Amino acid sequence: MDRICKAFSGVQVLSDVGFDLYSGEVHVLAGENGAGKSTLIKILGGVYDDFTGQINLGPEPVRFKSVNEAFAKGISIIHQELSLVGPMSVAENIFLGREKTRGMLLDKTSMAKQAHKRLVSLGLDIDVSRPVADFPLGTQQMIEICKALALDCRIIVMDEPTSALTEPEVEKLFGIIEKLKNQGCGIIYITHKMEEIYRLADRITVLRDGRHIATAAAAGLDKEKLIQWMVGRELNQQFPRHLAKTGEVRLEVRNFCIRDSSRKGRHKVDNVSFRVRAGEILGIAGLAGSGRSQLLGGIFGTYGKSVTGRIKIDGKQFRPVCPKKAVKAGIALLTNDRKENGLVMEMNIVQNTTLASLSGFSPGGWLRPKSETAAAAKQAQSLQLKAASLDQPVESLSGGNQQKVVIAKWIQTNPAILLLDEPTRGVDVGAKHEIYQLMNAWSQKGIAIVLITSEMPELLAMSDRIIVMHRGRITAEFSRESATQEKILAAAMGEKVPA
Amino acid sequence: MIYENAQSKIRIARWLYSPTARALGALVVVFVLGLAFNADGAFFNWSTHRDMLRAVSVYGILACGMTLVIITGGIDLSVGSILALTAVSFSLLTIHRGISAPLAIVLCLLIGAACGVGSGLLIARFSIQPFIATLAMMVFARGLGKLISGGQKISTAVQLPDGNYSYVEAPQIFTFLNSKVAGDNISVVTLVFLVCLIISWILLTKLRPGRYIYAIGGNEAAARLSGVPVSAVKTLAYGLSGLFCAIAGICQASQELQGDPEAGVAYELSAIAMVVIGGTSLRGGRGGIWLTLLGVLTIGYLEKILSINAVGEDKRLMLTGAIIIAAVLFQKTRK
Repeated sequence: MDRICKAFSGVQVLSDVGFDLYSGEVHVLAGENGAGKSTLIKILGGVYDDFTGQINLGPEPVRFKSVNEAFAKGISIIHQELSLVGPMSVAENIFLGREKTRGMLLDKTSMAKQAHKRLVSLGLDIDVSRPVADFPLGTQQMIEICKALALDCRIIVMDEPTSALTEPEVEKLFGIIEKLKNQGCGIIYITHKMEEIYRLADRITVLRDGRHIATAAAAGLDKEKLIQWMVGRELNQQFPRHLAKTGEVRLEVRNFCIRDSSRKGRHKVDNVSFRVRAGEILGIAGLAGSGRSQLLGGIFGTYGKSVTGRIKIDGKQFRPVCPKKAVKAGIALLTNDRKENGLVMEMNIVQNTTLASLSGFSPGGWLRPKSETAAAAKQAQSLQLKAASLDQPVESLSGGNQQKVVIAKWIQTNPAILLLDEPTRGVDVGAKHEIYQLMNAWSQKGIAIVLITSEMPELLAMSDRIIVMHRGRITAEFSRESATQEKILAAAMGEKVPA
Repeated sequence: MIYENAQSKIRIARWLYSPTARALGALVVVFVLGLAFNADGAFFNWSTHRDMLRAVSVYGILACGMTLVIITGGIDLSVGSILALTAVSFSLLTIHRGISAPLAIVLCLLIGAACGVGSGLLIARFSIQPFIATLAMMVFARGLGKLISGGQKISTAVQLPDGNYSYVEAPQIFTFLNSKVAGDNISVVTLVFLVCLIISWILLTKLRPGRYIYAIGGNEAAARLSGVPVSAVKTLAYGLSGLFCAIAGICQASQELQGDPEAGVAYELSAIAMVVIGGTSLRGGRGGIWLTLLGVLTIGYLEKILSINAVGEDKRLMLTGAIIIAAVLFQKTRK
């Protein structure tokens, strides 16, 4: 039983936020990006120690100066980003920083044994001597969780742990959470997914702009109320798809294949054909490993020579040899990881916005800063970007606003075809809503949109048509009317489903 | 009004923590040391400063190219060897072959640029790590310099067929590049350095490839997916670094009145140190050419102050090493 209450001074990120966590409960922390959830758990975990206020762990007041200090008291934090060292083995990663030794030497056998035992208890039976990088992302996430769990955990914090997991892995994780709960752990769970909140939460605390808005029992709290707390305003329609008039075929993909360079004879994308019309949103469903992100990357030219098949843009043949040609041909690819390959964090909003269309702002090679700024200002306004100044480096923006900068970059190229890979990942409810409305506006302008999203309600609501992929192949196609969550999931798991 | 006041306070605070302010801080500290240990007023003579500027110019020219490369997130270890290669080539062409200065300069610039483009292609097209590719170029260019010079210093002493030496007059370009202008107040090589700074500045801040250099250093994957011609821009950066090496090589040959195939050993390390002291990040994506100028001046003044105070080379090197660490630590401190 813990009682936590703190304020964070200096730049006021948190003001007088407090909540209690009981043992054996799952307490969901909800709120938009920038609400202060991450700061709060970093304070709890000993990452920041310059705050005012008080944390009580059971009856004793505590104040952690380092992550290890918090860990020693049984507080484990599983961060959103993985903190694994790819080339090192699973066992080495699990014991990283707290290696077991016999005298001066590392006790490798006992570490491997224990690591294996702990993984098995999480339902994961893998070879712990293999490097972490060999395993798929979902497995890596489970390894991360295993690493983070202290032996006698009292509090576990999970910051969006499911964002990289497939459906079955999520189920497994929920099973583990249940187990930990029964062992008497208190679990703080941060998520942007509505289903998860209702599935897991015993109680919910909502933060907004660094302030505590409400804490309530999950049972009996209705969705609209919760959203209203989070955004501070009412969203009357969660997914506002306005069907646009569809026109000519803008993107045609036929017999598209991407060879898997690491495994001979295998394909990441296997004989995929589809069409998207002007003004249409085509949703692609699929679980992790379905090859749908690779499909978009392949169309955009990131796989160079390992692709075969034909692509036509507005009836004209297009060979996807490199991203540069794709941009020129009017394709825009919003990748699913803005930090990894979407934004240049050191550069400012203006420079990021014009990066993909810089030729237009530099006749003869000479940059025109004024017209760049003007264009960025226009985009910022139409996307409702919230920033103190356009000179701000994008690393200082919140997740939702960073995503808007990536969107601005691609809209600035004036694309004919928009490939959106998880456009609302790690984005708060309000910004999500704005992105949906933008998608409507783009399709109304005649842009053909291909949408990948792991959030089923979003996929169902925003897509005009849905194709489902499983292991690189298309296994089903549904119209907007005929698609249901159950049918899509079945097809994504490789079953035959009538359209 | 109060709000505005707070705003300007924040702005000043932000500036104080900016790389420029930090690099300037290091330079000021060194300069104040010079005022304190002025060697009986020697530090107050302009000629001391002029000589310091002359002494750092060759390094500074190398540091210009190094800055471009480091901002892309790379490194160029071959600059000292390319300097030697071009210094030898320049001496051979002008002194021994009697080729006119402008043509010889163009040829040497081409040689330097070709070496840089070579490393650049290895890095961009064949994905060889910059450290390895330029290390190989460093060894290769050194060898090529020795090959064409026969391992000898190429000076005004020309060996005749009968084995005797005859001394020839050094071409005018040598004396010109080694002279001082503006009433003997500034060295020509310093002006050359200034021109290199301005070229780099225009490239980095005014031209499209400059923006791409920052983008690649900041996030190469994002740059590639935004349609940035990553390979071409990287090749350009290394090519320009090679070109600056050739300029430095020509200046070096003029100052020494000879082309020494052993010249420029460990110059790459000085150039890297100057860039880093300026505050340009070795991780790429951050930095600038004026920061490099501050780094060049910091090291230049430090060496000059130590030498006018008759500190021996042994202690001078040790102190320089310590100062590099101090300056970089100073850059890193936050809060």
